[in-house]
Amino acid sequence: MQKYRDQKMRRKHRLPERLLTHLFLIAASIAIGLPFFWMITTAIKGPTEVNIFPPIWWPEVVRFDNFVTAWQTAPFGRFYINSIITSSAGVVLEVTIAALSAYAFARIKIRFREVLFMVMLAAMMIPGQVALIPNYVVLKHLGWINKYQGIVIPHVSSVFGAFLLRQFFLSIPSSLYDAAELDGLGHLRTLFYICLPLARPVVGTLTLYLFIAKWNSYLWPLIVTNTQNMRTLPVGLSMVRQAEYAIGPEHLMAAAIFVIVPVLIVFFLAQKQLIEGIASGAVKG
Amino acid sequence: MKPSVKNTGKANNRDKDVSQPIQTATPQVVRLIKKTSRRQRRNIIAFSAFIAPNFILLSIFTFWPIFYSLYLSFFKWNMISPIKKFIGIQNYSSLMQDPIFWKVLKNTFYLAAGTVFIKLAIALMLALLLNRRMRGRNLYRAILFSPTFTTSVAVAMVWGWILDPTYGLFRVFINSIGLRSPNWLTDVHWALPAVIIVIIWRSLGYDMVFFLAGLQSIPKDLYDAAKVDGASRLQLFRYVTFPMLSPTTFFLTIVSVIGALKAFDIIAIMTDGGPLNSTNVFVLYLYQNAFEWFKTGYASAIALILFVLIMGITLIQTRLSKRWVHY
Repeated sequence: MQKYRDQKMRRKHRLPERLLTHLFLIAASIAIGLPFFWMITTAIKGPTEVNIFPPIWWPEVVRFDNFVTAWQTAPFGRFYINSIITSSAGVVLEVTIAALSAYAFARIKIRFREVLFMVMLAAMMIPGQVALIPNYVVLKHLGWINKYQGIVIPHVSSVFGAFLLRQFFLSIPSSLYDAAELDGLGHLRTLFYICLPLARPVVGTLTLYLFIAKWNSYLWPLIVTNTQNMRTLPVGLSMVRQAEYAIGPEHLMAAAIFVIVPVLIVFFLAQKQLIEGIASGAVKG
Repeated sequence: MKPSVKNTGKANNRDKDVSQPIQTATPQVVRLIKKTSRRQRRNIIAFSAFIAPNFILLSIFTFWPIFYSLYLSFFKWNMISPIKKFIGIQNYSSLMQDPIFWKVLKNTFYLAAGTVFIKLAIALMLALLLNRRMRGRNLYRAILFSPTFTTSVAVAMVWGWILDPTYGLFRVFINSIGLRSPNWLTDVHWALPAVIIVIIWRSLGYDMVFFLAGLQSIPKDLYDAAKVDGASRLQLFRYVTFPMLSPTTFFLTIVSVIGALKAFDIIAIMTDGGPLNSTNVFVLYLYQNAFEWFKTGYASAIALILFVLIMGITLIQTRLSKRWVHY
């Protein structure tokens, strides 16, 4: 009885505090979400509703035709295709490369393995921005400027993914590996039939994370593409912006929405996995 | 975040078992040894094949560029001409006399300092609020985190529009507290603060998630013990939470500083370094020199300095995270 009263007291005591917490969090969410809202509401305004002050929060007539106009200001269909191809190919290659290295470092014992592992980890300290010029020179020699492989290949080597998957492969009980060997599975088949299916959650998080990162990447595609039909969405969008005065802010926001919609869909569908993956240090930011 | 490289030793104890009975050299053992070395050879081949794609790509696109950048930084070259002119350390000495380069260094420093403190403080506060069981916790977390994953180019454009000095949404708030809105992105004094606001907005959720993870790893008995000693809530934070979070705080500080050194997308779109280089930062200046003005050698020198700075910070981090971070 006494205990029950205590609990009830505590709950009563906590109610205002809980409300206050929610109030703060709602305020913070609005502050963070406001730019998204502003992007949407601008994108459906009419040309006269954009250029007034104080601005209006919601247009009188919702103008969806802004999206059509924005889509026509640049070859967005082509940008989409380019982005989908380069991001998907990049993710598939990088995950495969990561899995192969991870398996080697976890399961194949040779001399100097630790040294090689340290060499690989050292690559994590070298930022891609430092390598821009040499990479460009290499690509020019290969004739890969304005090619999909030029956008994709320099960024599919994997240190963190390999490290992450290796940790997971090490945690798989060795009896499973022994069973695989008894069944006559070689290394490659052990990796694809035993390790990867078990690592599905880790591989999934890694895949989504890499997809978003590649979809958003701007600097490298900007450097290696110089014709409009090879541009990815972020680069194409930034080029549209340079014609800002030809098209209104409502069209610009509509175009920005084209770019972020796929990313936001992926994020909100898998937000729990992605955030917790990052929080547990599973994915480097 | 120095990953441990332990526990690889037990990865393949089969090999060890085979190599144990070498003391007696019976024919059986000789056969075993032969088998072992054949297996070793097979392993070496398999290992090499497995790591080959990764190591070939890393060598070409990550390791070699460091040496090639160093090489290029001693030359005058426009990236197109077949002739590279050796000029010794002239690129470095002109960098040291380049007022824009010093401005870039200063801006990068301001960007790091301006983002770190405010961002970490707000992120920690939000993490403390979220660190309990409550309704809508995942939703709050997802909303606060969402800017991190949003395409930076789009983010920069939306913010450019919000900060518009005439029609921008921000002007509403500025006016409502009785101030006049500055010409954010075209004002030498306000462009960098504007960029800092956007970067804080974008990476707040990321830091918050790390603080949340840090908070959840603090053992509950520490709080219980402190409460028994009669600690107030403020004291609990001051003497338990904050010191226990020091590894996270330290890590996030380093990440933010390196982030400032690597900043490009948002600044390139919002201000392109302007006005008058008041928002020019390291990678942007590198990009301009390399790909707009084709001063390849000069840009390589900048790249190398960037590499040394980031390398230095990373090494300091791995060294100091053991000493500074205390429980």
